[in-house]
Amino acid sequence: MRNEKLAIKIDDLTVAYDYKPVLWDIDLKIPEGVLMAIVGPNGAGKSTLIKAILGIIKPIAGSVKIFGKPYKAQRAKVAYVPQKGTVDWDFPTTALDVVMMGTYGSLGWIKRPGQAQRKSALEALEKVGMLAFKNRQISQLSGGQQQRIFLARALVQNASIYFMDEPFQGVDATTERAIIKILKELRDAGKTLIVVHHDLQTVPEYFNWVTFLNVKRIASGPVKDIFNDDNLTKTYGINYKVAINP
Amino acid sequence: MNITEYFSLLFTDYTLGVITLGTAVLGAVCGMLGSFSVLRRQSLLGDAISHAALPGIALAFLLTGTKQTHFLLLGALISGLLGTFWIKSIVKKTRLKNDTALGLILSLFFGFGMLLLTFIQKLPNANQAGLDKYLFGQAATLMVQDVYVMIGVTGVSLFVLLLFWKELKLLLFDPDYTLTLGFNTRFLDILITGFIVLAIVLGLQTVGVVLMSAMLLAPAAAARQWTNRLSVMIFLAAIFGAFSGVLGTAISASQNNLSTGPVIVLVAAGLVLLSFVFAPQRGLLARRVRFYRNRKELNLRKTLSVMYHIAQNHKDISHPHAIKILNNFHGYTRKTLNKLEEKNWVEIRGNQWSLTAKGYQEAENFYKPNEAIQDI
Amino acid sequence: MSNAQIEIQLIAALAAMACAIPGVFLVLRKMAMISDAISHSILPGLVVGFFITQDLNSPWLILLAAVTGVLTVVLVEFIQKTRLVKEDTAIGLVFPALFSVGVILIAQNANDVHLDIDAVLLGELAFAPFDRLLVGDIDLGPKSLWVIGCILFMSLSLLILFFKELKMSTFDKGLATSLGFSPLLIHYGLMSVSSVTIVGAFDAVGAVLVVALIIAPAATAYLLTNSLKKMLILSLLFGVFSALVGYWLAHWLDASIAGSMTSVLGILFLLVFMFAPRQGVISAIFKEKQQRKEVSLLIFLLHLQNHEDPLERHINHLQEHINWHRIQAKTVVDLAKKNNLIEIENQVINLSDKGLQFTEEALKYITTNKPTAIEDLKNKFFLFRG
Repeated sequence: MRNEKLAIKIDDLTVAYDYKPVLWDIDLKIPEGVLMAIVGPNGAGKSTLIKAILGIIKPIAGSVKIFGKPYKAQRAKVAYVPQKGTVDWDFPTTALDVVMMGTYGSLGWIKRPGQAQRKSALEALEKVGMLAFKNRQISQLSGGQQQRIFLARALVQNASIYFMDEPFQGVDATTERAIIKILKELRDAGKTLIVVHHDLQTVPEYFNWVTFLNVKRIASGPVKDIFNDDNLTKTYGINYKVAINP
Repeated sequence: MNITEYFSLLFTDYTLGVITLGTAVLGAVCGMLGSFSVLRRQSLLGDAISHAALPGIALAFLLTGTKQTHFLLLGALISGLLGTFWIKSIVKKTRLKNDTALGLILSLFFGFGMLLLTFIQKLPNANQAGLDKYLFGQAATLMVQDVYVMIGVTGVSLFVLLLFWKELKLLLFDPDYTLTLGFNTRFLDILITGFIVLAIVLGLQTVGVVLMSAMLLAPAAAARQWTNRLSVMIFLAAIFGAFSGVLGTAISASQNNLSTGPVIVLVAAGLVLLSFVFAPQRGLLARRVRFYRNRKELNLRKTLSVMYHIAQNHKDISHPHAIKILNNFHGYTRKTLNKLEEKNWVEIRGNQWSLTAKGYQEAENFYKPNEAIQDI
Repeated sequence: MSNAQIEIQLIAALAAMACAIPGVFLVLRKMAMISDAISHSILPGLVVGFFITQDLNSPWLILLAAVTGVLTVVLVEFIQKTRLVKEDTAIGLVFPALFSVGVILIAQNANDVHLDIDAVLLGELAFAPFDRLLVGDIDLGPKSLWVIGCILFMSLSLLILFFKELKMSTFDKGLATSLGFSPLLIHYGLMSVSSVTIVGAFDAVGAVLVVALIIAPAATAYLLTNSLKKMLILSLLFGVFSALVGYWLAHWLDASIAGSMTSVLGILFLLVFMFAPRQGVISAIFKEKQQRKEVSLLIFLLHLQNHEDPLERHINHLQEHINWHRIQAKTVVDLAKKNNLIEIENQVINLSDKGLQFTEEALKYITTNKPTAIEDLKNKFFLFRG
């Protein structure tokens, strides 16, 4: 790693819904500047981990530090791309409007977005190849295009750490390539990216860091060191084998 | 009095003016705030809240002995809020689902309210008459003070809406994201629910507890069909609401024995129906038209591409072929052929057709990769 | 008790029972609000039917109104399919509109129609004994008793005949479909039975309160039991109880019978909501406290197992490492010590053999995502008994 500064440090994090545990005693250190996949079976708590880090869900024990401070103090440095399915895409608004929402955090209460915010939203739209669709109603976009809009909204936040919940779900191959290209650019610019990912085949190609999660942390580290059948089996239970290209 | 008389009296008759203004303002505020319930998928919460308000009205009367609107509506507000709170705690604390909690509170509170109302009716000395206007609404009983209160509430809610516009829009679209940006979603939630309860309570006198929820939903549902912008939707919903209020009151006033609530609701429902059918883009009619147009277009393309494949096998693309070899499986009808000729893509001689250079070019374009989705 | 009083109570009890049966399935299928929609929108069907038959207890009128109810469900589903509005908005739009049509029809024909608005909202239970079924000169009792009796008999027979199918399609749609039970058939069957029942009970208790008779007994029973059969029996009992107690309450207050039946159901629900042994609010508070303690203990043990470093296991560092802002570290340590799960040496905490074994087993259960298995574990290790 270029530097050993920690982007995120999680200690003994336990999260429970109605006191039914979904994440147990997680310890995790994520160095700055990695493009990291979180993998694990359904119900392993992948989304929950992200939500707990972002303070959407309150953990019952443990602590999360972002660049050494709690999330509340570091909000401006963090951007979030939720799962595409969590919002109503029939909502009466346009693509540009959704991307502008990324600027709301830096504006704070009451203050309205102005020309500067509009400009950065347009730039983000251009970056994800959606400038031509800026005035489209969001329900008239394809799944891939909607995901690009969500990515653009996060880009506008101009953060140091990006959290993404299954950004490749239900998108076309072109969009998947386009998104991963942007993610790699961000990583090369020193940003940290944490991505909940489903497709194990593409992990070595897309990511340089990986965390195996199944309620507990199974393993975490560089893909080339720890992405192996042993950890996959530990995470997914059955004898798991993927063809890993060297 | 018929409707034309009603409207001609509007500007001269003080009482009629007050009533009309009141129902217009009420419709507008309901349409505005109802947009939020519709977009938050809380459409049925309004129904539960309005029914839950009934025992509050009866209890307020029993306790104070007055029929003054403000006291009764204060009772309605308290019991409406109590109902809302109880619904939320049922969903949170037990395994009963949201719809069960809504139906439960709605019917239990209403039943208790009816028990009290029938009890009050039998009381020997009470001047109880008039409480049942809260069931289906009686706009004619609106007083000028009531209208002032309505205007006040509308003004305040409009101000708050504009002040927190950005935050409320964000909350409606993506609550989790709103939280990560550092906004207090709980505060916003209480703010918007509070105003919705207030609007419901204000409407009880005019529309009544039984039908109040439609007054919230219908204008918003109609408005949604005409626009894809939130601000325009809320504005339209306010207009539709005001229109339903005024027209509904006018119709009910010009008939005997007709409560205002059902008429207002039917006018609003008519607007919804019109919007569902005739709205551009989203409307059912527009969809049908689009569907047929697409199918026609598709048939045209299908025929052309069949011709293209036949023509490809010849050196001369304009070599004539028999019309017989086309069938409707290829999307061919006499009409499609004429249409193709109109566009100068084919030439027809007798019962032979031949592709033109322009038609060949057009067909070739179908097979190029779709450029709509750009690669970055 | 006069004859009329007995008859009224009988009608009320049968109506409550008839409503409770479809109610159980509507509540379990998360479709409770559909009953609200049906009960409102049958009104125009009822009024038109009344114009034709001139008899509120005519089977034709009941059939016509019930068809209106099923049509409402179809209409709501149609609007949902257009995706112009969301599901709940579709329900919320359809029933007030149809109800308004009914109210206006009644108001416009107030002189010809024996219906009035109060009857629509409250039913006419008190007058039910006056309308009698006469065959020749023989008095067979009130008509509405026969109507609601027939409806109850029908639902009970259908329930017994199709119990297995109903149960399976309610709890496991996928399995039911794969076994060849058409979910659509069961859905519309249930909707039809609900419509007929609502129409039948409408006469007795009115539009809004019939919803209470459908939802409240089932919801109350659902807080008390997990078994479908027990839930059905409890709902029937609650229905009958509310009918009888409600009648006498109304008698005493000289107020609406339907209103007081609903109020009795409301009080019943409130009591169960507060005091139910497992689902109630008060037991939930205790349960939550207990669970919090258990979860804390498990976190604590896992932490010990996870960390070799004695510094992480030092008694004074627990606070800082596990960040127990809401949990009292001391109670947890005491609990673990009492259950012989830990040993403390020089202020460094170690897992005992029992603790180690327990933690490993717990971990196995946790990662297989079976939270209920924890209960078995607790019993196995005789935990939390002190």
